[in-house]
Amino acid sequence: MSTNPTNTTAVLEFKSSTFFAPILILFNNDIATIELSLHEKIRLAPDFFKNSPLIIDVSELNKQNHDVDIVEITTVLRKIGFFPIGLRGGSDRQNNQARNLFIPIDAVRSNDSPMSFGKTQVDEATDRSKEEVTETPIAPAAASSSSSVATTLITQPVRSGQRIYATGDLIILSQVSAGAEIMAEGNIHVYNTLRGRALAGVQGKTDARIFCFDLQAELISIAGDYKTNEDLSNQTRKKPVQIYLKDHALIIQEIA
Amino acid sequence: MARVIVVTSGKGGVGKTTTSAAIAMGLAKKGHKTAVIDFDVGLRNLDLIMGCERRVVYDFINVINGEASINQALIRDKNCNLLYVLPASQTRDKDALTQEGVGKVLDELSQDFKYIVCDSPAGIERGANLALYFADDAFVVTNPEISSVRDSDRMLGLLSSKSRRAERNEEPIKEYLLLTRYDPDRVHSGEMLGLEDVQDILSLHLLGIIPESKSVLTSSNAGIPVILDEKSEAGQAYADVVARYLGEERPHRFIDGKKGFFRKLFGGKS
Repeated sequence: MSTNPTNTTAVLEFKSSTFFAPILILFNNDIATIELSLHEKIRLAPDFFKNSPLIIDVSELNKQNHDVDIVEITTVLRKIGFFPIGLRGGSDRQNNQARNLFIPIDAVRSNDSPMSFGKTQVDEATDRSKEEVTETPIAPAAASSSSSVATTLITQPVRSGQRIYATGDLIILSQVSAGAEIMAEGNIHVYNTLRGRALAGVQGKTDARIFCFDLQAELISIAGDYKTNEDLSNQTRKKPVQIYLKDHALIIQEIA
Repeated sequence: MARVIVVTSGKGGVGKTTTSAAIAMGLAKKGHKTAVIDFDVGLRNLDLIMGCERRVVYDFINVINGEASINQALIRDKNCNLLYVLPASQTRDKDALTQEGVGKVLDELSQDFKYIVCDSPAGIERGANLALYFADDAFVVTNPEISSVRDSDRMLGLLSSKSRRAERNEEPIKEYLLLTRYDPDRVHSGEMLGLEDVQDILSLHLLGIIPESKSVLTSSNAGIPVILDEKSEAGQAYADVVARYLGEERPHRFIDGKKGFFRKLFGGKS
């Protein structure tokens, strides 16, 4: 993908990558109490928390209508040795405060369903109701974290109306019903019949692929390029296939 | 502790109330003290199918609101003294149901009853959600046609995510398939989805196939659960369903069409 920096005059290069960072979810808006319990936590594992980047999550507080001053909490966190690098679930005022402190805002939808691993910024269907997303807590049987991206494994059937979002690869062992929607920033593997919608590389990863045992999908998409069921040829319908992107065209290839 | 069974489907008119009445009667006839609750507040029907509509004094909502005790509202069935009906309110709407209230009523019934059958309303709104919330087992009633199958699939998604068992991370609700209004001849001629087509999508434990039968309508109109019509195929099929649910092994019937006399005689394949 990237050009070799040694034989070109490239000055820099942009690459997409995923990192893990702890999220600090606040349940109490009293700064002194927060400071006290942070000190207690740090005492248990001083090295773990030292100079750690941190994302502040105030969505729980805002649900309770408890306001917290972002400037104050940031000062406390920095004093203790954290590096706040993001704010999540803030109100408009809190978001402004964070911007003034040069802390980025995570513009997630207000829901934080158990099915969405990490941030959920999906181009498709962002207008879907919160209810639709939150009603899908099939606990992932295992979410093994490899070197950088987590893989999500689903062993139960994905039923009509359920949505699954994975920040890394998504592996599904059961069938995906019509009316279900599975999305991954990485690849999608369905080791069964795929009848719902499958969207891989939803954050723009054009080399993401979809693999399935039995292609009957309502819609398949990689990095925004899509095909509906009507566009599927009879050569690939109901066959085991892999789907990838080549020059903005979806290639569906039977795998024996 | 009682076992709470929800009879659900998503789609309307597939036979939820008929099924609720039949299996509640079946369980009671087998000697288990059973209550059947109508969750279809505002559109109550169960009392008609059970033939107790003229004895309704208090209803489910009265009990939830503390206006009547559970014993005042329960109606004992006239055919079986181990079966009780808790009718829905016809004058209220489903917003009158609260999770706390339903939970309390089910808790109270649990002390005394072996099985509680919850007859869910159609749809995926409040009434249906509350009917399934406390369930231990789910009977998913499906007709062999695509929209019913799709809705059942959606219901299964809700069962696995919106129930108390799911919220508490307990053992999931046991889901069973009941295929109703099945007509083997129309399946043969390709007009109707077959069992395999349905199972291809739902892949559930099949509790029974209820064949399309005239006796269902006549029983409903007479206010007698069809399971009591032992001569009818539907009645026998429901009896099989109850027996299988209670752990008996019974071979599935009514999947293939009735073989004609001549075909039987000459061994023709059907």
